[in-house]
Amino acid sequence: MSTDVRPDPVDAVAPEPLSDHTKHPGRFGNRLFSGISLASGILILATLVAVAAFLLREALPAITSSTQDIADFTRGLSLGQYIAPLVFGTVLAAIIALVIAVPLSIAIALFIAHYAPKRLAGPVAYAIDLLAAIPSVVYGLWGFYWLVPLVGPFFDWVSTTFSFIPLLADYAPPAKNITSAAVVLAVMVLPIVTAVSREVFLQTPRLHIEASLALGATRWEVARMAILPFGRSGVISASMLGLGRALGETMAVLMILAPFAKGSSFFSWHILQSAQHQTIAANIAQQIREAHGLSVSVLIASGLALFAITLVVNMIARWIVSRRAAFSGAN
Amino acid sequence: MGNEVKQSIRRGTYAILAASTALVLAACGSSASSGDSGGSDSTAGGGESAASGDLSGNLAGAGASSQAKAQEGWVAGFTEANPDVTVTYDPVGSGGGREQFLAGGTLFAGTDSNFNDDELASGTERCAGGEVVELPVYISPIAVVYNLPDAGVEHIQLDADTLAKVFSGAITTWDDAAIAALNPDATLPATKITVVNRSDDSGTTKNFTDYLGQTAPDVWTYEADDAWPIASVQSGDGTSGMIATVGAAVGAIGYADASQAGDLGTVAVQVGEDFVGPDADAAAKGLDASPLTDDATDLRITYKIDRTTTEAGAYPLILVSYLAGCSTYDSASDAANVAAYFTYVTSEEGQARAAEPSVAGSAPISDDLRTKIDAAIAQIKGA
Repeated sequence: MSTDVRPDPVDAVAPEPLSDHTKHPGRFGNRLFSGISLASGILILATLVAVAAFLLREALPAITSSTQDIADFTRGLSLGQYIAPLVFGTVLAAIIALVIAVPLSIAIALFIAHYAPKRLAGPVAYAIDLLAAIPSVVYGLWGFYWLVPLVGPFFDWVSTTFSFIPLLADYAPPAKNITSAAVVLAVMVLPIVTAVSREVFLQTPRLHIEASLALGATRWEVARMAILPFGRSGVISASMLGLGRALGETMAVLMILAPFAKGSSFFSWHILQSAQHQTIAANIAQQIREAHGLSVSVLIASGLALFAITLVVNMIARWIVSRRAAFSGAN
Repeated sequence: MGNEVKQSIRRGTYAILAASTALVLAACGSSASSGDSGGSDSTAGGGESAASGDLSGNLAGAGASSQAKAQEGWVAGFTEANPDVTVTYDPVGSGGGREQFLAGGTLFAGTDSNFNDDELASGTERCAGGEVVELPVYISPIAVVYNLPDAGVEHIQLDADTLAKVFSGAITTWDDAAIAALNPDATLPATKITVVNRSDDSGTTKNFTDYLGQTAPDVWTYEADDAWPIASVQSGDGTSGMIATVGAAVGAIGYADASQAGDLGTVAVQVGEDFVGPDADAAAKGLDASPLTDDATDLRITYKIDRTTTEAGAYPLILVSYLAGCSTYDSASDAANVAAYFTYVTSEEGQARAAEPSVAGSAPISDDLRTKIDAAIAQIKGA
């Protein structure tokens, strides 16, 4: 597919008045506003640097101290051994959430962008966006009191029927396992992935769609051959944004997931078994209550690991977006 | 369309900016105010009379979260009688509470575990040459809770070995012969037992594992600890998470403050030849039946809870939380405030307030213990 079909938005604006503006900075308001925007941009960067510096400074005592010093808190594990299972749990929960959320989001986005009648598309899009406004603690309550009892019997059936598959074995009620947590995470990332995918799908050049239709393609074939290939990078970056949200989610996971006992070093693929996983964010929220001294530093070191993971994920997302900047809704 | 998106993204950026600015400001504000409260405590109300009734000033404390609910009740009750004293209690945890108290940041601490020798040594400096005062003020029976709606008895009865085997995973179903032999009248289903532990660090877990270790040393070979010592099967965050998790699955068993057990069944544990349920009187008896620690003094009334007691009607599965202060404070008004607050907390009125189910549901201390505590409080003085 080609980019020529769509006029470049920068070229579309007449260049003359633009250069006039730069030569004559104009009135006070103009300068004030550019000053404010510049300061805002710097503030954002400064905040990021400050957070990173804080994490590094506070984590340093834990990083530099020996395993014996932190053994009381970590139950004899070294810092790496303590953080690694948490990283595993964090990434696993986020990936399961994406496996559930991304196909659903693509389907919803396709529906809103190209299938639904205009009168329906608006309200549906609005309802999806509303999901993003619900506080995570509410998702936690909803997950624990509504979803967990609901999926329990189903998990039980799956686990008993397919007990020969280690991945699904050893379910024990209630369903406070990583899959339940991931289902709630999926609902939470759904609006982000849907909104960005929708914007990308809407930008599919009219000509591509009409050409496909003219060649006798069905609606499904239009979606498959024109819209999806066009929006692929946008969907990928949308998923990465969703991944960032899922990685950092705290309250919902804390309220739903039964974590492993402190000092366990589990890398378990038993996604229906409780007490096998824990995420970094939920672990910090839970352990910080009674922590003091070096234990706080250990927890902040785990936070530093999470910060690094989210930074990498977001950088990858930005990179994919920038490769196809003209089409993405996320830039 | 592209422009619209860009615009909305721009709008979003400003919203984020505004939010982050607000956060930064809030963070500055809160750190400043907490610094203030720490510093002003020692100077506030310096010239006030020490007579009770017209006390004033700030009285900041921090410590164990186990007694946080009781502290809320005590703070409210004390403030009614002494409206000019501002009492605060920050439930930062026992360790953090002792740390802040020894550093001079707070005037009193709440703690589940006793001050160790190092802490007592630095306490002398903190207390202007005086000593650390430790008073048991909060007794809470820990109930072993279970979810068996059709058991048909008030309490399932378990001896220590059976209880330890259930929690270590050696007994896996409710109709196990060992449980059935102790409960001839109960209807025991073949349901699997799901053991639930607290997933956060908790004094409740420490006291429960201490109980198992002392009463069933052959089965439960792990040391008492704030965190669950063995592989977890199912867990809940905090007391409410524990209760909700046990309530969510038939066949689950866990442990929690007896006052929070709600509709769940509670286990009667074996004491001597009898089985005793987790009620308040039995819990207070459990403490009275325990000896003082070796290093206890008139000022530090610290108990080594005897979980293996055979005293009739005593319930040894209890959590005891202490109030800690100084025998000597730099400022006479601080000393008067602390003494007045401690007196209120340990008074019949204060203990009854904490015992209300809507406050903490704790067990009131006995009159014998109150006499000892009053003698210790009488020694709290200004330098």
